[in-house]
Amino acid sequence: MELICPAGTPASLEAAVEAGADAVYCGFRDETNARNFPGLNFSRHELRKGIALAHRHGVKVLVAINTFARAGSFGLWQAAIDDAVAAGADALILADLATLDYAARHHPTQRLHVSVQAGAANPDAIRFYAESFGTRRVVLPRVLNVMEIASIVRESACETEVFVFGGLCVMEEGRCSLSSYATGQSPNMNGVCSPASHVAYTEREGQIVSTLGGFTINSFGKDEPAGYPTLCKGRFNTPKGSGYIFEEPVSLDAAVMLPALREAGVTALKIEGRQRGRAYIAGVVRSFRNILAALDEGHRAPISGLAAMAEGQASTVGAYRKGWR
Amino acid sequence: MPEPETTGLLAMPPRLPPWLSRAMEPLPLAPLQPALALMLACVGRSYPDLYDRLGEHAEKRFGVDPTDLPLAFVLEPRPGRPVARAVRTLPAGLDTCIRGPLAGLIGMAEGTLDGDALFFSRVLWVEGDVAASLALRNAIDDARIDFGKLLLGGFGPLGARLAEFIRVRMRARPVAGGSSWN
Amino acid sequence: MQITLGPALYHWQPERWRDFYFRIADEAPIDTVVVGEAVCSKRMPFKQDDIPAVVERLEAGGKRVLHASLILVSLPRERRQTRELMQAAEVEVEINDLTCLASLRERAFAVGPFVNVYNEATAGFLAARGATRICLPPELPLPAVAAIAAAVPQIAVEVFAFGKVPLAISARCYHARAHKLTKDNCRFVCERDPDGMPVKTLDGAGFLSVNGVQTLSDSCASLLCDLPALGRAGVASLRLSPQSCDMVAVARLFREVIDERIAPADAERRLGEIYPDVPFSNGFLHGAPGHIRWEASGALR
Repeated sequence: MELICPAGTPASLEAAVEAGADAVYCGFRDETNARNFPGLNFSRHELRKGIALAHRHGVKVLVAINTFARAGSFGLWQAAIDDAVAAGADALILADLATLDYAARHHPTQRLHVSVQAGAANPDAIRFYAESFGTRRVVLPRVLNVMEIASIVRESACETEVFVFGGLCVMEEGRCSLSSYATGQSPNMNGVCSPASHVAYTEREGQIVSTLGGFTINSFGKDEPAGYPTLCKGRFNTPKGSGYIFEEPVSLDAAVMLPALREAGVTALKIEGRQRGRAYIAGVVRSFRNILAALDEGHRAPISGLAAMAEGQASTVGAYRKGWR
Repeated sequence: MPEPETTGLLAMPPRLPPWLSRAMEPLPLAPLQPALALMLACVGRSYPDLYDRLGEHAEKRFGVDPTDLPLAFVLEPRPGRPVARAVRTLPAGLDTCIRGPLAGLIGMAEGTLDGDALFFSRVLWVEGDVAASLALRNAIDDARIDFGKLLLGGFGPLGARLAEFIRVRMRARPVAGGSSWN
Repeated sequence: MQITLGPALYHWQPERWRDFYFRIADEAPIDTVVVGEAVCSKRMPFKQDDIPAVVERLEAGGKRVLHASLILVSLPRERRQTRELMQAAEVEVEINDLTCLASLRERAFAVGPFVNVYNEATAGFLAARGATRICLPPELPLPAVAAIAAAVPQIAVEVFAFGKVPLAISARCYHARAHKLTKDNCRFVCERDPDGMPVKTLDGAGFLSVNGVQTLSDSCASLLCDLPALGRAGVASLRLSPQSCDMVAVARLFREVIDERIAPADAERRLGEIYPDVPFSNGFLHGAPGHIRWEASGALR
């Protein structure tokens, strides 16, 4: 199985290459990619240099252009596609029918992957993308269990890529406007979820209160582990009681599922976290590289011990294990 | 250049001993200011991409508060006329403020510790303009600033030795039983 | 401008569901009605038996009927149901997921608000495949709506004009989770909240509402005051999404504003009487946070 690693900066790309990534994914410093965070991402020049460095080490670079193009401004997305192809990207990761259609028509030899943001959650949807645009791989939404993944692999001509570590969307990716409702910044259009510009932390009666767009998302005691004020990991009140009604502030760690995912026929494993620092990238990538090496030699997967990297310092195998739903 | 290391992942950066903080309290800040100015000029020269990443946030006023030192820093990156100065307490009106133990702040700046992980474990804390702090963190993370070289530039050989001291003595230590697994 | 009634998103008891549509068929000034279960495949059996009678009554009342597909298709059963719906010769479908395009062949179809149509190129792609009408995603701002309507004039562009705004879909059921049940053994607890389960912040501010696997806004979209601008933008139809209130009265109110028989501001005041105690919002259309109520003079919360 290939190990696909995030890079929010050239330094992180280098860290991922050194730590044993098979491929690195990254995006341009604008709203064409779904991690449009302050201080992150690549200029055209940085992407060309990054691809050259990765290729010298036999590592692929996948360029995520995975937001939905703004009406009236398609040129920005077209330019991103053209420039990524010209820079020598090994694949483009796309979500919008408009960008997929454009890339397939204008760059017919370019390898295209269906982004998780497209929410292709079954073999029929995957077949639609493959037949319409010649996509070679699909990144599966984080809503499927291993049995479902195995049946998708059996039925699809497309390669599959699944997330194994990092932030966990509990809503179907690409069809969530929660953040947009609170802040006016949309994951689909602006490439940001729960944007830092709308986050505030205040101290209230000894508690740290996090708000997003003015809505209270959580309240932490002095020494309680914290999470991002991501809407779906917040604490709320309902008539049935208050608490984490969608999901706790946890992140995905599917290290223990790797044997099952390999058995299921998954092509590539993806680590989330383009917004994280290079300490995270190096640590997580090296850890998964070791687990994969052990698997190849027939050992049991060693515990990765990456809990400190996790949001709320807790992890889950998410939907991969039945019962999460 | 310091390399990220996996031992740092499960690590809690240690706090400076309180006696050191008390011992430093009476020391004047004035001698620090020219050294800080030199260091900042050196950063501007050595890492020009830093300003590209900071973007609009380069115009913001940052507070950096090592919670185990009796002083803090005000940083205004502004391209062309950057300012950094040491203060006893952070003034009002800053755009954003990052607080945490010195070893955590340096570890994050050097890329040996992960800022988000420090935040999740409540070692680091951010107030005010979170986007500005994030931009600064990301810009510094990408710049791979060599603090040994920087301190050498600011304080001469003494600075380099200080950096080495921090690197060796203040190296984050693994937390006992720190891995929770489910 | 036309009016479309979107599918009832909540799990209403079968008789209530059926009687709701019977009344709409007989009394509401609505052009098109979308029927079927879009949210949760487990709820489908409750509607199945009543659908033929509902469709017949609606058509007798002069309404064009569309059949909604599921929003999230993952189980084999859901794939099969979706394929069967797409291949049913006698019905017009509204697709809520691109899965449908795999089995739709050479026929006209409508596109629901859950398909990501954010730009004119995507609308054009779908038009080439046979789409004749598109209800745009609720978060689209007015300039995008106008750009799409101008670029694809052969398509009837619709906007989400009334109802709690659908914001997210999940494989996980949050009604079951709140009741400490699993999704497989959910006991259909979502039926107890015919207008959604309210979700408030820790300090008691209304925020969201949960409808099984779907999450909607707490506020109710109302584009009544934006109708003139929507008309200028080339919008052909307004979508009203059923809530637990007098939807016939809501439809009449929208019709009166379309026909310029009542001022939009007065109409919205009356809307507040028809659907009381729920804040109205139109922020998305103005490029603002969705929960905001935007007036010509500026944003009001």
